[in-house]
Amino acid sequence: MTTTEHSQAPADAAPADPHRRRVLGWLSVVLGALSTVAAGVPILGYLLSPVLRTPTNEWIDLGPVEDFPEKQTRLVDFVDPLHRPWDGDSQRLAAYVRRAGPDVFQVFSVNCTHLGCPVSWFPQSGLFLCPCHGGVYYEDGSHASGPPPRGLYVLENRVANGRLSIRAGRLPTLQQPG
Amino acid sequence: MRSIVGNVVGWLDDRLGLRSAMLPILVHPVPRGLGWFYVFGSATLSMFVLQIITGICLAVVYVPSAADAYTSLEYLNTEQPLGWLLRAVHYWSATGMVVMLVCHATRVVLMGAFKYPRELTWLLGVGLLFVTLGLAFTGQVLRWDQDAYWGVGVGAAMTGRVPVIGPALVHVLLGGPNIGGETLSRFFGLHVFVLPALAILLLVPHLYLVVRQGISSRPRAGRPVDPQTYDAEYSKELAEGEPFFPYDFMKDALFSACCVLVVFALAISFGPKGPSGPPDPTLIAAEPRPDWYFLPLFALLALSPPQMETAIMLVMPVVGIAILVLLPFVAGKGERSPRRRPATVLIVLLFFAVYGVLWWLGNVAPWSPDMNAWSGTPVPEQMVKDLSPQQLQGAAVFQNKTCRNCHALDGAGGKRGPDLTTVSTRLVRDELIRQVIQGGGNMPAYGKQLSPAEVEALVSFLSTLGKPVAGAPEPADVAAGK
Repeated sequence: MTTTEHSQAPADAAPADPHRRRVLGWLSVVLGALSTVAAGVPILGYLLSPVLRTPTNEWIDLGPVEDFPEKQTRLVDFVDPLHRPWDGDSQRLAAYVRRAGPDVFQVFSVNCTHLGCPVSWFPQSGLFLCPCHGGVYYEDGSHASGPPPRGLYVLENRVANGRLSIRAGRLPTLQQPG
Repeated sequence: MRSIVGNVVGWLDDRLGLRSAMLPILVHPVPRGLGWFYVFGSATLSMFVLQIITGICLAVVYVPSAADAYTSLEYLNTEQPLGWLLRAVHYWSATGMVVMLVCHATRVVLMGAFKYPRELTWLLGVGLLFVTLGLAFTGQVLRWDQDAYWGVGVGAAMTGRVPVIGPALVHVLLGGPNIGGETLSRFFGLHVFVLPALAILLLVPHLYLVVRQGISSRPRAGRPVDPQTYDAEYSKELAEGEPFFPYDFMKDALFSACCVLVVFALAISFGPKGPSGPPDPTLIAAEPRPDWYFLPLFALLALSPPQMETAIMLVMPVVGIAILVLLPFVAGKGERSPRRRPATVLIVLLFFAVYGVLWWLGNVAPWSPDMNAWSGTPVPEQMVKDLSPQQLQGAAVFQNKTCRNCHALDGAGGKRGPDLTTVSTRLVRDELIRQVIQGGGNMPAYGKQLSPAEVEALVSFLSTLGKPVAGAPEPADVAAGK
């Protein structure tokens, strides 16, 4: 068929049934919308699954309380209970455990409350220092100086049968500190 | 032989119609006297092409898994033949792409080339700017090292400040409750599939519009853009113009070739960037830094007042995008010449001055404590000469209590707080005691960390700093009036 014949074809053809054409039009719109929703909903659900399936922090055993001398703050590391099998090194997490009294523990996330960088503990001066923007916290986790908007994030802890456990796993952020 | 080639070429052209489709684009007329300011756009494109090619090459060796990415980067650097060079070229052409894009955008702003009828070209270009910055950030995360791990953490902390939906956004960004394998995979998906596709989707109509609306002529003062008359004037300019190919095309080609050569020279001289330490969050001694593009942001977040910070993080980008999007609609007419647009020239200069100063500050990062100064940087010898036992004890307290991490002596040590080389010329004994015990002015209070005897010793040491020592030359800083 040459171009000329093609362009003339509709003029020569018998006029189509307008009703059939309208049904065809509507059908294509409805089916198009349906197929978009059918394909789109699972795709969005897949991508947004980290929100739809919100894991809560889990209890992790950190060992006997005797491991934590009184009046001292120690860095502990543990495997993130919510990690994926292929997380590699990033499955590990760290936290600071401070034994303030015989049965009083405070556990801090290492993430600075300003922008999440890892704070370092200096037992000599009893301060946590952040290397990024210079946030400083006192030994009890309260804000000492610099840009952080609050004290260190505190992780829930409990002592049972002489062992210390903490609840951890989620990355703490300002609106979801625990 | 010649006839066979001719036949093949002829057959291909008959089927593809390339000659009739492409030739008019190549020889489309452009205004005369464009000069060398118009080469940055094509240089950006050349850098992008180099990015795609080296990116594909890297992707066939790099392993986008949190467990193996770091090892595969080390393999690329040390084992894979020419792996180091391709990593280096990918890094340096990313730098080149950002630099050329900024030059291109600056040229367009200064010459008013975004005005009628090129508003849409500008908007697509703004989209390309943000896609490029997105590629820069996501690419930095694929370098799955310490900087990448904590860099994602900073991104998450900023995202977490978005009202109401912040925590949900954090989990979508990370692909889970914490930084890990799915985080890297998400950033890989963005960097390798989504953002390049988006860039091409924006680039094709951008280039189409460059041809359709034509290249803006050199601006001349006193010849404002008036949509009523512009098209006729521009057609006249084109009628007197010259074909894009060969001369203007060659300028583009020559400059792009130079850019590629510079990228290779930089890549060979400086090599690839990183990876730095492994992405192990239990290695607390990390001092994460963003890639150079984002250093001004890093500085801004250290220097902005805490109560304004969330607003700066969340509102400033929106305002910035709004300004760029609205620009051709607010200033779509009138003078194009920078000689007649002093406000624009000043704003551009101010932008670069602010960016440059923040970039330099981000490099120096005086607000970051020097984490090792307390043990690694001793008190200068001349400062402990002829001191009493109590003053010597004070110097020891000064080191042990990590004061040095924030305070320098004779320029060495942290820059977070003031240099204390001559502190006794500024503060008397009582003021020193008050400052040490109560803190203030961004210094923590040491009242609980020091015994009264330690405070006494520390202050007696600090009181010697800046006092001329008998027989010793006065510190140079005192002479300089510091």
